[in-house]
Amino acid sequence: MAKIIVVTSGKGGVGKTTTSAAIGTGLAQRGHKTIIIDFDVGLRNLDLIMGCERRVVYDFVNVLNGEASLTQAMIKDKRIDKLFVLPASQTRDKDALTQEGVQTVLNELKENFDFIICDSPAGIEKGAQMALYYADEAIVVTNPEVSSVRDSDRILGILQSKSLRAETGAEPVKEHLLLTRYNPVRVDAGEMLSVSDVEDILAIPLLGVIPESEAVLKASNQGVPVILDEQALAGQAYNDAVERLLGNEVEYRFLEVEKKGFLKRLLGGK
Amino acid sequence: MGIFNYFRKDEPVKTATTARDRLQVIVAHERSQRRQPDYLPKMQQEILEVIKKYINIEQDQISVQVDDTDDCSVLELNITLPE
Repeated sequence: MAKIIVVTSGKGGVGKTTTSAAIGTGLAQRGHKTIIIDFDVGLRNLDLIMGCERRVVYDFVNVLNGEASLTQAMIKDKRIDKLFVLPASQTRDKDALTQEGVQTVLNELKENFDFIICDSPAGIEKGAQMALYYADEAIVVTNPEVSSVRDSDRILGILQSKSLRAETGAEPVKEHLLLTRYNPVRVDAGEMLSVSDVEDILAIPLLGVIPESEAVLKASNQGVPVILDEQALAGQAYNDAVERLLGNEVEYRFLEVEKKGFLKRLLGGK
Repeated sequence: MGIFNYFRKDEPVKTATTARDRLQVIVAHERSQRRQPDYLPKMQQEILEVIKKYINIEQDQISVQVDDTDDCSVLELNITLPE
């Protein structure tokens, strides 16, 4: 039986799709059959980040409307075995997502997958509510910045009141904080909220801290999930987050300012 | 610029601290509102109507709030009477 994980944030542009792609890929790399679903109807982007934009034939809404089967719409990743993407439609309006429709699709997927990652759209409208409604766990992506933290708290409120688990009084959705675009140098200078500041305010367990990294843009330019860039700190930090998601204890890295060694300074290494 | 200013090292403003403090206040406020029952705004309106029969007050002079503690909920009613 699959675990449904929503990647959400409230605010846009904080790294939901980057995170969905990275975490989904990381889970599949470790042998778990995983599908990442783009819930952003009308603004499809997961396909670009995953590098499968030219292979989209049918989409999520086609499946919901019975115009295509799930097998027709799912795109199998060419790099990682056991990894699939279900793209959002680019044209239709958000009303295409109905609770019953989404439930039917998720139930069918549950039979065949270990993990279903729901990449939520920004905002708190229907699309975002649909993405989180059936979730077992939630990864709340947050930047160390006031508006992002406030919106994350708002989305936590929705998870705690408007998810299926909240409505039926089942065990609450398991919440994880993922702090992205973290810059230890600026935190040290007192210019950026620290991990503990954000943890204190949101009061949910930390899953990972992704350092601000040039590799993220490079990866999205190429349509390669950043977790596959093993040289990049962001890729390594996502790998740590995936391990923690699977219940393994991993020490936090990249939270402190890196001290340049004598040789590195001499050679002008970055 | 005097010579003393030269020696005085300006303490840089830690804007992150300001951000944290502002967030703590607004998030706490929004959480308390979120937990309030749906009937509260309507009840507040009706209480206002009753009081208006006797005293001339405005909407913003009355506040209704529910505070939950571990074993009980307290309904707090605050009315500012005009001078």
